[in-house]
Amino acid sequence: MKTLLSLAILASTAVGIALPASAQTVFLSTQLRPIEEATAVRQELLSGLAKPADYVVEEPPQFAVRMEAERQAGKHTISLVGALHGELSPLADKQMLEPLDDLAKKLASAGMPQSLLDLGKLGKTEQQYIPWMQATYVMAANKDALQYLPEGADINRLDYDQLIAWGKKMQEATGAPQIGFPAGPKGLMARYFQGYFYPSFTGGVVRTFKSADAAAGWQKLKELWTVVAPTSTNYDFMQEPLASGEVMVAWDHIARLKNAISASPDQYVVFPAPAGPKGRGYMPVVAGLAIPKGAPDKANANAIIEHLATQEVQLKTASLVGFFPTLNVQLPPDLDPGVALLAGAVTATQSAPDAVISLLPVGLGDKGGEFNKVYMDAFQRIILQNQPIETVLKTQGETMAKLMADTKAPCWAPDAKSDGGCPVE
Amino acid sequence: MTQNRSWIPYLLILPTVVFLGLLFIVPLVQTVWLAVSDNGVPSLANMQTMVSDINFGRSILNTFLLTLAVVPIQIAMALAMGTMVSKVNGGRETILWIWTIPLGISDLAAGMVWLSILQNTGYLNTLLFSMGLIERQTAWLTYQTPVALFIGIAIAEIWRGTAIVMIIIVAGLNQVPKEFKEAAEIFGASPWTRFTRITLPLIRPALQSALILRTVLAFEVFAVVYALGGRNFPVLVGEAYNWQNQNQNYGVAAAYAVLIMVISLAATLFYLKVVKVDPERLP
Repeated sequence: MKTLLSLAILASTAVGIALPASAQTVFLSTQLRPIEEATAVRQELLSGLAKPADYVVEEPPQFAVRMEAERQAGKHTISLVGALHGELSPLADKQMLEPLDDLAKKLASAGMPQSLLDLGKLGKTEQQYIPWMQATYVMAANKDALQYLPEGADINRLDYDQLIAWGKKMQEATGAPQIGFPAGPKGLMARYFQGYFYPSFTGGVVRTFKSADAAAGWQKLKELWTVVAPTSTNYDFMQEPLASGEVMVAWDHIARLKNAISASPDQYVVFPAPAGPKGRGYMPVVAGLAIPKGAPDKANANAIIEHLATQEVQLKTASLVGFFPTLNVQLPPDLDPGVALLAGAVTATQSAPDAVISLLPVGLGDKGGEFNKVYMDAFQRIILQNQPIETVLKTQGETMAKLMADTKAPCWAPDAKSDGGCPVE
Repeated sequence: MTQNRSWIPYLLILPTVVFLGLLFIVPLVQTVWLAVSDNGVPSLANMQTMVSDINFGRSILNTFLLTLAVVPIQIAMALAMGTMVSKVNGGRETILWIWTIPLGISDLAAGMVWLSILQNTGYLNTLLFSMGLIERQTAWLTYQTPVALFIGIAIAEIWRGTAIVMIIIVAGLNQVPKEFKEAAEIFGASPWTRFTRITLPLIRPALQSALILRTVLAFEVFAVVYALGGRNFPVLVGEAYNWQNQNQNYGVAAAYAVLIMVISLAATLFYLKVVKVDPERLP
């Protein structure tokens, strides 16, 4: 008996020692973190792999810290990372990612648009990440709000004046402002300025930061803000105030509207953000897959990327978690009705004749947060604290110019190309 | 015999000293260096960024206002509660236990509790609506209602933090000898006189500890404010968190951390000087 026991102990220790060698490939992601989504990834999207993957999630700030810690320690446990374009950019900046050009070539021939693949170069010559899934921002409205839509307004072609008129009517009828924005501490309001407000009013993002067009835009936003719920500065995910009825109309990331809309798809309409004098700005969001340098299991990481980029898995991703394929494929007709609504609005946005595409910032390295802060500080000062527009744009413009000079980030669309750091004109 | 063993006390305290040295002093030195350097070169750039930030002045003002509003109320309430409970014979433990429930809840959970009361669809609005005092959802926690927001945060902080002050003060009150009070009573001193002339002077050490602890904690207020005020009510620790997490600028975050430490140290020194304790009564 004793020998048996010691044998058992010995065997278990042996297994314990042997395990790390055959351990699963660690896949660290800042996306699809909620437990239902992570479970969908583990059980559905990553099933059928030759060698299993261990899907681990981390919030973006902790993700950055962990990657930096592994780099400094020189001890790598992570073989594959999945993160947003902006979160991968600092890693590429520090030469922390393996070039993936062979994979990129393969996927280009499998139908991944070259424009998307180019985003994955992050301004470098070599492919830094493979586009994994994409999303964008749209507006959603409770159907009860449609009765207040100003006459002659087409919900898929709203402009700012119509949105303001709509907001006024709703406020008069209900007694409270009914438009909401995610301007809370964890909300994505900065993306509204970079991808929607600035492109729509000025046709640029950085170059036009303090232009006369921008000043006129801020004036318009002030007008809009009189019909926006003041609790907007507490909202992080617009699905919550939409579902609870605190607001009837909201702008947000599709993944942050999905729960409300999927829960009762008959109750909502989803449509593109409004257009300004320079067109209908919109920003595609891209999540990418990358392999860190020194990854313990590069071969399997490569295999997982290929698996996630197959047509079948991409379509499954769309119906399970509401992020859209990076491959050029048709969405299936049996899609979740909420996701189908969102997909319709995305198509309407992309195919709008006046669409102005605003790409994600490239080349900012770890200054992405401070870049966002320039817009949010301007918002806080102009809209919330009622400071004069010209003065604020002048001082915030100086901060922006310094940031661009420090990072030497060249302009990206819709700004015209630049040699060296993107100038603030 | 004892001289031979003089190294034993040192050996016994060595683990704690090493532990604190490794996990407190090293990070402290690193943080200070992070705050006063830029790319490895001594520089005041982080301090400048911190001071010129739009939320810097507001976060200092808010933190101090909140401390000034919350700490005196908490001390007064804790004194009143402690004195009252000392008069109770039966059920004293149960009352103390109920009073200290907020201590068992994390800061953020306390913030969420108050958010569920004060938000638009919260219990307060439901109550006011059912009493016919409001016609529709009223927002209390927005940038347009700074006074209501401040009061909401202050109430939540008072609710959350009074228990710790009370525990220290109850411990102090327990040490006041009954004889003094009985003697004063015989000489006809009023309850107020007995409280100000006997109880207060005798619980000074407890009062000093409570003030230091509570004020330092008030300068570090974060989670409750974050849950209730978010972007609308910047405080020092919240700004440190934002610079670290959202702006990913560890230098400016470290500058905030150093500033908070300096303010806390100054407050501690202030109390040590102002609330003087008889050296013989020190433990």
